[in-house]
Amino acid sequence: MADFINSFWDLYVSGLIAFGLLFCLVVLVTNMTSKESGEPKLQGHVWDENLREYNNPLPRWWLYLFWATVIFAIAYLYLFPGFGNRYSNPADPNRDRGLRAEYALEVYNADKEYGPLFARYQGTPLATLAKDPEAVATGQRLFLTYCAQCHGSLGTGARGFPNLTDGDWLYGGDPETIKGSISEGRAGAMTPLGGILNPEEIRDAANYVRSLSNLSHDAARAARGREIFTGKGTCLTCHGADGKGAVAMGIAMGVPAMGLLGAPNLTDSVWLYDNSEEAIIEGITKGRNSGPGSLTNNMPAWKDFLGEAKVHVLAAYVYSLSNK
Amino acid sequence: MAQSKHDAIERNVFLMIVLTLLAVSVGGLVEIVPLFFQKSTTTAVDDKGNTLDVKPYDVKPYDALRLAGRDIYIREGCYNCHSQMIRPFRAETERYGHYSVAGEFIYDHPFQWGSKRTGPDLARVGARYSDEWQRVHLINPRDVVPESNMPAFPWLDRPLRADDIGARMAALRIVGVPYTDEDIAQAPAAVADKTELDAIVAYLQGLGLALRNVR
Repeated sequence: MADFINSFWDLYVSGLIAFGLLFCLVVLVTNMTSKESGEPKLQGHVWDENLREYNNPLPRWWLYLFWATVIFAIAYLYLFPGFGNRYSNPADPNRDRGLRAEYALEVYNADKEYGPLFARYQGTPLATLAKDPEAVATGQRLFLTYCAQCHGSLGTGARGFPNLTDGDWLYGGDPETIKGSISEGRAGAMTPLGGILNPEEIRDAANYVRSLSNLSHDAARAARGREIFTGKGTCLTCHGADGKGAVAMGIAMGVPAMGLLGAPNLTDSVWLYDNSEEAIIEGITKGRNSGPGSLTNNMPAWKDFLGEAKVHVLAAYVYSLSNK
Repeated sequence: MAQSKHDAIERNVFLMIVLTLLAVSVGGLVEIVPLFFQKSTTTAVDDKGNTLDVKPYDVKPYDALRLAGRDIYIREGCYNCHSQMIRPFRAETERYGHYSVAGEFIYDHPFQWGSKRTGPDLARVGARYSDEWQRVHLINPRDVVPESNMPAFPWLDRPLRADDIGARMAALRIVGVPYTDEDIAQAPAAVADKTELDAIVAYLQGLGLALRNVR
């Protein structure tokens, strides 16, 4: 009620309601005819030569029903409340009745039921939780609701959306890193090299990249591409001198945090985008998540939407996909 | 005499019409008209779901590109399968986020609430997936969701024709969307060299952000 922009509308609603009620009462009272004995009265008009109409009063039960509706309306208005600014104080708990309160109750009851379960999950280390069939089943339900749209209902991904079942990880596959990926999201960045290398050099580099994973390639181009990979293109900074990616490089150098660069291993058979020469050239030319013109793809951050407890269970499920 | 009263009404068609109109308008006058003068239905919400007395906080009028995207959303009939109205039930808020509130739709003319869900509700799809996902999914939903029965919209990857975007914004201004002359003047530049895909992705990525992550 206090929601109106000014108090006129309180009066407007109350007034129309009061008028409507009064009008019904007046009609009821002024049209009451008492029950009479003897011959019923006639309306007085005659149609089609001899058709007349009785003017009998309403049956009593019917009339009383009308009165009952008026009384009901007044009681209802008082309790609803329909009149005026009754809960103008925002602190009045009664103000929040109705749908919002029902919703709050529904959430409260659900939290009471599932809260302890999620608290128990949250207190269990991820690697242990991933062996708990009940937790994994819970995680799967969450995965199907929130994650399957990109990663597929089996977690096998699609072009541009990582397969979570193959044991190959851009950022590292330990449980805590997986949890971090879900929680904070990921936006793997690659510098666009279109402005640094010329198209021929990029094609050479692409051939070298294909040679790393034993795909068909032009050997002469690959040899030149190797120079670019370690030299002008500075590809090795993120992908490692051997092209095995940031995670492997981090482990080799004893700096696991380097895995957060997210640079993929170029020597294996796993390709997030496809492994055609053209796709690799596009990737090198435009880069990823590096300003206008570059290709973009992000994993959204889920910690605010899902909360820590659900992220924990999800991480256990995702971990279990490649650690049966 | 009671008899003469309804006699008069029943014999005079015009009087009958007037009284009937009066009787049936009461419901609308009491239940609909006051809604136009409520803060919660006419002002934007803040990120806690409270109606603001002052300036719109997070709910903003559609910028030119999003507006063009919204027109494509309507053109392609997305509303036939997607609602934009999260009801206040836990089953819905768990999946989609905070239930929809009136203050989120104040710049929607017309709103896209809908009532039929063959696909999921889109009221809070904004920022839920990456732009890239939206693109791939619109071009062919099966590329990312093999089980999907959503039609593909491959033709969206074509130049956006929205030379009249300024006129569309001017029309919306008439019904109360606070576009400035500057907004309208800059609109054609904002939609130049964009594709229809850009526009509808921009529209989708802006949906429901006001109460995103509010639980």
